Amino acid sequence: MVAAATAASAAETVSGLALSFRGISHEFRLDGKPLPVLAGIDLEITAGDFVALLGPSGCGKSTLLRLAAGLDIPASGVVLADGEAITGPDPARVLVFQDPTLFPWRSVRDNVAIGPQARGIVREAQARIDAAVDLVGLSDFAGAYPHQLSGGMAQRAALARALVNDPRLLLLDEPLGKLDSLTRLAMQDELLRLWQSVGYTALLVTHDVEEALLLANRVIVLSDRPAAIRADIAIDLPHPRRRDDAGIVRLRHDILSIMGYGA
Amino acid sequence: MSSVTENARSDGYGSAVNARQLWWPGFYAAAAWVLAAAITIGLPDVVPWGSANIFAGLLVGGAGIFALLGFGIDRLGRARDPIAWYGPWAIALGIWFALWELITAKLGWMPKPFFSPPHGLLHVYIVDWERILICIAYTARLWSIGFFSGIAVGFVIGVCLGWSKSFSYWGMPVLKLIGPVPASAWIPATFFLFPTTFQASIFLVALASGIPVAILTASGVGQVNRAYYDVARTLGADSRFLVLRVAIPAALPNVFVGLFMGLYYSFAVLVVAEMLGAKYGLGWYLQFQTAYSAYANVYAMLIIMALLCSGLVKLLFVVRDRVLDWQKGVVQW
Repeated sequence: MVAAATAASAAETVSGLALSFRGISHEFRLDGKPLPVLAGIDLEITAGDFVALLGPSGCGKSTLLRLAAGLDIPASGVVLADGEAITGPDPARVLVFQDPTLFPWRSVRDNVAIGPQARGIVREAQARIDAAVDLVGLSDFAGAYPHQLSGGMAQRAALARALVNDPRLLLLDEPLGKLDSLTRLAMQDELLRLWQSVGYTALLVTHDVEEALLLANRVIVLSDRPAAIRADIAIDLPHPRRRDDAGIVRLRHDILSIMGYGA
Repeated sequence: MSSVTENARSDGYGSAVNARQLWWPGFYAAAAWVLAAAITIGLPDVVPWGSANIFAGLLVGGAGIFALLGFGIDRLGRARDPIAWYGPWAIALGIWFALWELITAKLGWMPKPFFSPPHGLLHVYIVDWERILICIAYTARLWSIGFFSGIAVGFVIGVCLGWSKSFSYWGMPVLKLIGPVPASAWIPATFFLFPTTFQASIFLVALASGIPVAILTASGVGQVNRAYYDVARTLGADSRFLVLRVAIPAALPNVFVGLFMGLYYSFAVLVVAEMLGAKYGLGWYLQFQTAYSAYANVYAMLIIMALLCSGLVKLLFVVRDRVLDWQKGVVQW
């Protein structure tokens, strides 16, 4: 990962984006009946923050990310990016899914090139595409097809595909959820390093309290569906953080009790 | 597969252990082919079929090649194993030629106008090659215009049906209604609807090949993982990108299933259409020669059709394996 770190320092830095959820309520239709998923969410995220969203599964965390990405429009309320209402997707706000969802018919490099290609700047972006592949340590696998990659490599490729667009907001929907525990640790370090070196705003949905505490400088705990904000905790601990740090252990205990697990 | 190879090896058909070893199947094949040649020229035909000497000459030539292979197949390097694999086939073919000669031309056991000895078929190629070539050219023209226009239209319609809700609302019921109708059922109608039988035949071939492509393309585009669209949209893709760069590549495996079906249907309707109103063509040739009880010509043409059709199928497999290279492994897992 030394190579990745130097590549990261070579990558352009961007200014993060300030994100506001104002009075967001949203519902799905399930068998014709409305199913409320979000109930009055108000959340201000400062530019450059790393915010983790914790909550029981199915509570609507991913919906919040889809709203911020512009893939869905809230039933009521408004999501603002730098003060402007979000009406659709934009490459400045990129979502990384739990599944890598690489296009199986494209090599790693061609997957990373999707963003520049979609915006018609793929010619100019050749060097940036290579840099992004390099950044996640996949230079040797640039020509490989997704089915030839391990789970961790596929997720790194998905991360490169997001980062090549210089996102000002990186939306991470449990991107490490399906990885084995060792790959997961390595990827956590990588996410943190990229966030520190590039400077985007990050919004991470996770089930893993420890992961949230190791990475984020703010943790939002959501209630059961329909989700409302139950706790909003600033994590003022310096990086790198240790899993057995007394502060982390205490916060982990507190958050688990908030979520209803007596730890 | 491997167990077959193992058995073959224990019978002596497989790889040689050392370079000086003889490849016995080559000699057995040579013997069988010489036997067939001896029967062909040694015994008299019950009725003359022609070209017996040329056929015998070809058999002896083949036998010579197999005998040479028997001595020196190990010098062929990488080509050795694929050739050795067909050793049993070479032997069986020689025996089959010998039996075929016996029961048709030599003993006359098979009813006479209907069954031709192998040298009778060879005689057809030697005498009638010009007309056969013209027929192949006519059929190739009809098939290629019909097939390629059919799959092109079918593909475009399939993409529209799979992509657009309103197109699907109006088009899908129509396609589902007419899709299962065999293309040959349209023959009576099309021969009135089109000014020439050639145009009618093109339409029939296009219909036969286009409908499965349209149906499979539509279902392929409709089944594309929604997450791919989400990914592309967050990365700045417009609808054009979503159709051309996401929906179509993702649907290609289905499209190829449709292409294979369309290819088979196109052969079926092609020959029927040619039998009904063509001046030349493979189907016409079969019809024409049957009317004259020239069954040797019919069999000779059937062999050519088998080679052409299986060649086209093989070609489509090659194209598919190239285009869907990325699928390797995806399918197996």
